[in-house]
Amino acid sequence: MLLDSKIPEGPLAEKWEKHKFNVKLVNPANKRKYDVIVVGTGLAGASAAASLAELGYNVKAFTYHDSPRRAHSIAAQGGINAAKNYQNDGDSVFRLFYDTIKGGDYRAREANVYRLAQVSVNIIDQCVAQGVPFAREYGGLLANRSFGGAQVSRTFYARGQTGQQLLLGAYSALSRQVAYGKVKLYTRSEMLDLVVVDGKARGIVTRHLITGEVETHAAHAVVLATGGYGNVFYLSTNAKYCNATAAWRAHKKGAFFANPSFTQIHPTCIPVSGDYQSKLTLMSESLRNDGRVWVPATVELAERLRKGEIKATDIREEDRDYFLERKYPAFGNLVPRDVASRNAKQMCDEGRGVGSSGLAVYLDFADVIKRTGAEAVSQKYGNLFAMYEKITDENPYELPMRIYPAVHYTMGGLWVDYNLQTTIPGLYATGECNFSDHGANRLGASALMQGLADGYFVIPYTIGDYLAQIPPKPVDANHPAFAEAKAFVQARTERLLSINGTRTPGQFHRALGHIMWEYCGMARNAEGLTHAKAEVRKLRNEFWQDVKIVGSGEEMNQALESAGRVADFLELGELMIDDALHRNESCGGHFREEYQTPDGEALRDDENFAYVAAWEYLGDNQPERLNKEELIFENVKLTQRSYK
Amino acid sequence: MNLTLNVWRQPNRHTEGKMVEYKVKDISPEMSFLEMLDVLNEDLLHAGKDPVAFDHDCREGICGSCDLFINGRSHGPEKGTTTCQLHMRKFSDGDTITIEPWRANAFPVNKDLSVDRSAFDRIIQAGGYVSVNTGGVPDGNEIAIPKEIADRAFEAATCIACGACVAACKNASAMLFVSAKVSQLALLPQGQPERKTRVENMVAQMDKEGFGACSNIGSCAAECPVGISLENIAILNREFIAAKATSNNLA
Repeated sequence: MLLDSKIPEGPLAEKWEKHKFNVKLVNPANKRKYDVIVVGTGLAGASAAASLAELGYNVKAFTYHDSPRRAHSIAAQGGINAAKNYQNDGDSVFRLFYDTIKGGDYRAREANVYRLAQVSVNIIDQCVAQGVPFAREYGGLLANRSFGGAQVSRTFYARGQTGQQLLLGAYSALSRQVAYGKVKLYTRSEMLDLVVVDGKARGIVTRHLITGEVETHAAHAVVLATGGYGNVFYLSTNAKYCNATAAWRAHKKGAFFANPSFTQIHPTCIPVSGDYQSKLTLMSESLRNDGRVWVPATVELAERLRKGEIKATDIREEDRDYFLERKYPAFGNLVPRDVASRNAKQMCDEGRGVGSSGLAVYLDFADVIKRTGAEAVSQKYGNLFAMYEKITDENPYELPMRIYPAVHYTMGGLWVDYNLQTTIPGLYATGECNFSDHGANRLGASALMQGLADGYFVIPYTIGDYLAQIPPKPVDANHPAFAEAKAFVQARTERLLSINGTRTPGQFHRALGHIMWEYCGMARNAEGLTHAKAEVRKLRNEFWQDVKIVGSGEEMNQALESAGRVADFLELGELMIDDALHRNESCGGHFREEYQTPDGEALRDDENFAYVAAWEYLGDNQPERLNKEELIFENVKLTQRSYK
Repeated sequence: MNLTLNVWRQPNRHTEGKMVEYKVKDISPEMSFLEMLDVLNEDLLHAGKDPVAFDHDCREGICGSCDLFINGRSHGPEKGTTTCQLHMRKFSDGDTITIEPWRANAFPVNKDLSVDRSAFDRIIQAGGYVSVNTGGVPDGNEIAIPKEIADRAFEAATCIACGACVAACKNASAMLFVSAKVSQLALLPQGQPERKTRVENMVAQMDKEGFGACSNIGSCAAECPVGISLENIAILNREFIAAKATSNNLA
């Protein structure tokens, strides 16, 4: 199938403006005749649902949480980028565009990224109008900070809880539309399949997580805003419920999955403390503005630290290696995430890691505390320091934090065109759920920006173009496709319940995560990936013979929920490996050990791999078909990323 | 650590529940409280028994999902901490720990330790927002907001809607939750146009949901995991009285 990205003609800076004029409009009186399903109520979903309802569409919003406000966007800490140039430090729409394309290691679509940078400025205005309490200066104007991968100060923030405040803004807009009756809210409802009628997305199947009831819902269009798939790795900074099921079900119904191997490993997370660990906690990247990353200069010192014979503060200045500052003098501790993560791993591989496991490096605030005082540091990072202390029982005002990279974000996702439509007409994907804007590596504070850009300012225009072309007649919910999809979901649930094996869903999930982290994590090679593919396949077979769940499907059954999600992760994991294996280059978060520069940096192959890999599902146990969308760069020059 | 757990088990909303005793072994002090429950649930599942249902998600103290009443206290013994951020190092080997769901008429039990807090959503839907549509808003720096005001609004806005305040209150009052949103928007210039109707409608919905009245004991603020101040309730009362005295809203 030919992938048509539908990028509008014309100069980069005019594409979106022109496109907004060219898209068809739905007559205001007709808007109420169209139903739109939005799955997910995080930043991308809540903003889309609210904005579409404001326009007059009938929206049905679904979340598996007890409230829309619990979506994992809430946990985003550091901030949101916008090209406001309030700081007079040389920022512009083009610079944000350029930084994002470069940060993504030239694997994102120029037109989408430029649009993202353009609408970024509107997002801040919108959130302020909603009453989002961003950090402010004494003069009453909005404050900014800098963030990894950028040399301008363009990040807006609300202490270390920016995601929470932005989500509560979107949630309030959504709640207002619920009160008006324009959004019907379905909580504790998990999407388990997509309904496709005559090649078009026409509805979904959900399971109510308290009653177990399986329901079908019809609409003229479906928007998936269901987040990323980082939990394939079991341990990640994602919330426990985050999963790929909605996107994966859509994929199996015909939506291509793009660049699944592009996963982001965040450099600053609290290290694993034991086998029982259920999730990892991020320490915001903003900490790298003031924290200095280091390891001991020698393996001997690192060993003594690991044994607990000495403390970090016992190590003299000349015995410390501030390796990011040493290797990247221009960006220092603010290099992009992929670079910071790989370097931390390298230090630990050299035997200079700290903490009892040796899988950690220090993030030290002693200098900034000396310079500005503990109070000023607390103003900026108080909640993060408190969280760190709760988890580790160590006081970061006195001892440097121990950090290690962890899976945090997935740049890959459902393939979408410029309109955010997937390869299934009528099915859209927004936010982390799609692949579109971050290439092979996402810059800090850009996830919130993308989620809200898609939901507030892109989908309200582009979905109208689709709806205007279909008649405003109710969708026939009695079409056999609905009953079929429902029967499929029920049969799958029955099958999971009937296995009655010996291993819990959690055990399978951990086993999968171990394979993925080991072979498809921060560094990958062909041999390891080939081995991992066989292992994942074996695990998947075992899962369907040996998984153990008790109870029934007609009640609240968290083990059953988990089993369904793990089953999909087992399939997606294999596709991630296939994608990583086929991409014979290193770029961004995808680091293939065979392809690196002499000094260990990622070595891209623009001649052969400057494309989006969009995988097409062809049937169970069949290899997926690779479709390519060539990436054409007309406005930036492809260079080797250098942060030195 | 080896522990005895007394856990509330209730199959669903319509069936009576009871306390059931369980033993867990070899619990590491580094574990979080929920990881300890994960261990219990894995044991139960292996034994072919129904695991304990409980609400949780982000496990970093921000989503507000987790909601356990531990040894008679919302989110357990550690001040300013959600259940997911509570670690087992706060307990001792041999301890008996009692784990219950939030107890409030307005929060019916879904199953075991999971409760239905949709009443909170309906209170927000009654007015916890600024009525602006997407687009057509002024520049973010158009209205300067004194830092002190922005900071106070932020403090109130950090409420995670977990419901600990309701569970801690002998009247099962939701005043702290409601006051946090009312204060945030009453402080900010964006919240002014709907200042009166907002507080009236939110309070009316709060009463409708069956939450109790406030008797100014302050256990809500004492048990709040994110430190929402009792001062907000004073602001709520002030806002409510002022609105009732001057507005035409009939809610």
